[in-house]
Amino acid sequence: MKIILTCSFLLCALSAQSGERQRMITIGGALTEIVYALEGESSLVGSDTTSYYPVEAMKLPKVGYLRTLSAEGILSLNPDLVILTDEAGPPPVLRQLKSAGVNLRTLKAGRSLDDVKRNIKSIAKILHREKKAGALIRRIDKANETLSQMTGNTPYPKTKKVMFILQHGGGAPMVAGTDTAADSIIKLSGAKNVVEGYAGYKPLTPEAAISLNPDVILTTIRGLKQAGGKETLLKNPSISLTPAGRNGHVIAMDSLLLLAFGPRTVEAALELNQACQGL
Amino acid sequence: MNSRMRKAITISLPFIKFKAPVLLLLTGLLLVATAIAASTGAVSIPLETFLSGDLSSSQKAVFSFIRLPRILLAIIVGASLAVSGAAMQGLFRNPLADPGLIGISSGASLGVAVVIVLGGPITGVFGFYSLSVAAFVGGLITCLLIFRFARLNGTFSVIYMLLAGIAINALAGSGTGFLTYLSNDEQLRSLTFWTMGSLGGALWPAVIVAATVVIPSTILLIKNARKLNVLLLGEQEAQYLGIDSENLKRIIIICTALSVGAAVAVSGIIGFVGLVVPHLIRLTVGPDHHLLIPASALLGAILLLAADTFARTIISPAEMPVGILTSLIGGPFFLWLLMKQYAGRCGI
Repeated sequence: MKIILTCSFLLCALSAQSGERQRMITIGGALTEIVYALEGESSLVGSDTTSYYPVEAMKLPKVGYLRTLSAEGILSLNPDLVILTDEAGPPPVLRQLKSAGVNLRTLKAGRSLDDVKRNIKSIAKILHREKKAGALIRRIDKANETLSQMTGNTPYPKTKKVMFILQHGGGAPMVAGTDTAADSIIKLSGAKNVVEGYAGYKPLTPEAAISLNPDVILTTIRGLKQAGGKETLLKNPSISLTPAGRNGHVIAMDSLLLLAFGPRTVEAALELNQACQGL
Repeated sequence: MNSRMRKAITISLPFIKFKAPVLLLLTGLLLVATAIAASTGAVSIPLETFLSGDLSSSQKAVFSFIRLPRILLAIIVGASLAVSGAAMQGLFRNPLADPGLIGISSGASLGVAVVIVLGGPITGVFGFYSLSVAAFVGGLITCLLIFRFARLNGTFSVIYMLLAGIAINALAGSGTGFLTYLSNDEQLRSLTFWTMGSLGGALWPAVIVAATVVIPSTILLIKNARKLNVLLLGEQEAQYLGIDSENLKRIIIICTALSVGAAVAVSGIIGFVGLVVPHLIRLTVGPDHHLLIPASALLGAILLLAADTFARTIISPAEMPVGILTSLIGGPFFLWLLMKQYAGRCGI
């Protein structure tokens, strides 16, 4: 028994030592971005379909969408470590992977800059790139200082009220409430989420969209395309009767940049802040 | 047509004397529901302000571009579903028949799933209406398929239609299931919400398109009420009485398919109304189609308008899928009515 234990400890230690040669899979766009930011991509053998930044990440073998993973797809890449966000699933597949002996490491999906930094540190530890992580975190902190200066300079009445539309298929628009990544990034950028009455993404009554008086409509590039483009979106009464709609204040950003809470989150917040102020 | 026959039917169905009061009562209820719906919502427009015509410009805009089309759409869709249900139950002589039987709902779901999951972003004006178009086309194609199967041996057979309907509905369902499996979060979310129905997309174009399809087919169905009454006696008996049942079946199926297709296209799938509203009317005032069809139209409109008013106000600013509420409001009432009937019949 003792011998087995010692052996397994030794094996663990060995595999930890050989961090450079790991066969890793990342599930979740933000986590893949972090690996690239830490220049640890040489150990990546695959990722999921939400990992499309940087461009090189698109060339990695894809194991499917993060919520509909399949065990065999992941096993076929023969990984020695799978780093995944806690949004990944379905749970039975994760259990299958575990029982097949795959090493899983779950990290919390980011909702704040602290989460981002914590995920960077965790991944840096796995990749033995603590130095790189330190530099990256310092860069984020510095950008954050610039951001807080800009948001701090905005007097309160000028705070823009932003409504994030996940999708608008013509019916009730699907709008972000509190406790969503969209809510976090809006607040981080110094603006205000117009919805405070509910949590999560819910279809919003068109009339309520108007009575909430948003100054800015924020959406993803994909969401805007699905809604038929800016022109079509602005024609819908639920949008056109709001201050944002009357003035044509629609901002569309890439969903991974805007919502994933990865290394580029401060950039996204800055971009959003600039876009709001420029209106 | 033949006045002697009409008289005979009138005698066999004594409920006909209720026709005017029942329709008047239902019309009154619909007016009350409309007034309540018009004066409630996230943007406050009190009834007194509304009646005095003293609206601010934003209230006016909200009322005329958002609330009014939505109220009208609820009335049109509710009437369409209930009338189609009544006609289907008459045609199939089966109390469980509803418009879903001829494949409209399953086909429409499949069409919508194809567009949401495989279509990707469609730009331009068509992108905005793509779901409606997909639902309408999907529904009609499925209905045509079922119709063809029902006519395989030359004449149109109701039994074949039922069986082919079950098989083709199942096929469409598996197609939708497969697409659901392929979908990601966002797609799954829009797909699920679509199948629970919503009148949130009520815009004037939708109202006008739905009205131009639904109103003529409802009128045509009311015109065929007498023939449907005769059909209740049995298909052969109806033929002996001079009814071209082949033609009748075709008219009813085409009317319901178009009408429900248009309703589903603008509102997604709204359950319960088509199945249960005709039963509510039958249980209270009897099975005469002269009364059943117009009364179902009114009650369907009332139920859906009431449900939709709740849907857009109870968890405001968010919105509840209206399909949940039609069952929630209508279900207990229907059970109560059923129990009352049962108690009356068995002397409990």
